[in-house]
Amino acid sequence: MLRLQQVTKRFGDKKAVDGVSAVIPKGQLVGVIGRSGAGKSTLLRMVNRLETVTEGRITCGQINVGTLSGRHLRAWRARCAMIFQQFNLVGRLDVLTNVLIGRSFGVSTGRSLLKLWTDADRTRALAALDRFDMAHLAAQRADTLSGGQQQRVAIARALVQEPDIILADEPVASLDPRNTRLVMDALQAINRELGITVVCNLHSLDLAREYCDRLLGLAAGRLVLDEAPNALSNARARELYGLEAADVVGEPETLPVAAYAMPLGSLSVAPSGVPAQ
Amino acid sequence: MSALPSAIEPARLATLDRGYREAVRARRSRAVLIGLAIVLCTMLSAISAEVEPATLFANIGKFTSYIGRIFVLENGQPVWTRPAEWFWGLEDWLSLLLETVLIAYVGTALGTAGAVVLAFFAAANLSPHPVLRAVTRRWLEFCRTFPELVFALIFVIAFGLGPLPGVLAIAIHSMGALGKLFSEVAENIDLKPVEGVAATGASWPVVVRFGALPQVLPNFVSYTLLRFEINVRGASVMGFVGAGGIGQDLIEAIRKFYYADVSAILVLIIVTVALIDFITERVRHRLGDSGAPA
Repeated sequence: MLRLQQVTKRFGDKKAVDGVSAVIPKGQLVGVIGRSGAGKSTLLRMVNRLETVTEGRITCGQINVGTLSGRHLRAWRARCAMIFQQFNLVGRLDVLTNVLIGRSFGVSTGRSLLKLWTDADRTRALAALDRFDMAHLAAQRADTLSGGQQQRVAIARALVQEPDIILADEPVASLDPRNTRLVMDALQAINRELGITVVCNLHSLDLAREYCDRLLGLAAGRLVLDEAPNALSNARARELYGLEAADVVGEPETLPVAAYAMPLGSLSVAPSGVPAQ
Repeated sequence: MSALPSAIEPARLATLDRGYREAVRARRSRAVLIGLAIVLCTMLSAISAEVEPATLFANIGKFTSYIGRIFVLENGQPVWTRPAEWFWGLEDWLSLLLETVLIAYVGTALGTAGAVVLAFFAAANLSPHPVLRAVTRRWLEFCRTFPELVFALIFVIAFGLGPLPGVLAIAIHSMGALGKLFSEVAENIDLKPVEGVAATGASWPVVVRFGALPQVLPNFVSYTLLRFEINVRGASVMGFVGAGGIGQDLIEAIRKFYYADVSAILVLIIVTVALIDFITERVRHRLGDSGAPA
């Protein structure tokens, strides 16, 4: 169970994430939604500790994520795998090596440096690739693959970490519709079949509604919405996304002029959406 | 979308035009000032360092006559009339040249190994700790501050005559020079793969090995080959201070006025350097085309 308590991130005097609290039970597929710059990425990156936590606590069981360092931090990162919008593979290395990098926490530094992976790790990596129909590309350089293929390699890399949580930071934002489906299906399958908690930043509300068990909405760094996807009305969604609503809500009708005229700072969201904490 | 205005009020045009001219004038006068400052500094430093152009012009004849003299054999004939006599010591010289190239090769290899490791400590985006970074950078600066010959001289006193001091001198200087270049290459990489590897819980050496090294390797190889060529030239004068290679025969020939030997050895060095330049250039272009596997 992942617990966020008043988590805040400041860059200079700007608050990217502002007092976010939430409890994410094991095995949930959570979608984090909100417009660009709402703090979705920063929130996820704090959980994996690619960003430090300015204020508040992130805990998982007995672990206080914010204060981890050294080997403990690396152990935590191995437990909560990260998937990125730009895939973040090593383009010049082959696909299998990219997946095996996911095993590097459990392998001694010396063996990793020399690529002396065990047969068991190699088997895990090939199995993970095969799960997404990618095993035949194992020997190819990662930068020769299409975006959708690269993202599936990245998911395989996350999977061989044998994580408890997978954090996916806009995993489909760089992909075409077909690959978007493939990647979201893969994430859903991992969640359903392996019971791995998935926290997924999504820009598209339609996708979030379709795949997620629960939606967290961020606006200007604050948590303004926490509910089941089918409970979220289009009107609320439009408020959440503001000027970007037309892109993500997917309704043909034009928005009322008022939505455009609304100042960005004074976005009003019904208080019922905020969890009582 | 309205059409571009084809006419403009004369008053407004005058204002805009004046503004532009003033900006240009300011820029031009700054350029002139900088130019004057450079000329002045050059003159001042030349005067204080006693660089006298008069001496150059007065003695230019000696220089050309020396160049002319080294291409004449003992019997007064130009050297190319009797190649066998010109290159009488070819066998010795070739073996010394081989030693020179080997000094450069081993020195480059050792220096590169050190530079590869230290570069990642010195790179702002990858260094594990700011203090470590500062210490590494100062060390690299120290290594490349002194010319190789100075190091060689010190090592000759410490380890005695022979190629070893030459190798060490070249290794240390190469480490300093390449370490700086390598760290700058590393500072320009794409950090996304680095982040991707770090996010799996990999340790710092593994993050560098997989996230950064594959990206920088082609440039590292290219700079190393360039350095090898520079080091062959450097190694050819190591013998001046007794640190091995062809240099010891060259300095002897110069000091004892074996004129023809000087030209013969210089020609051999030039041919060797050109050959190595040609080969490394080829290899570097190959690498550029295909990319090195990591």
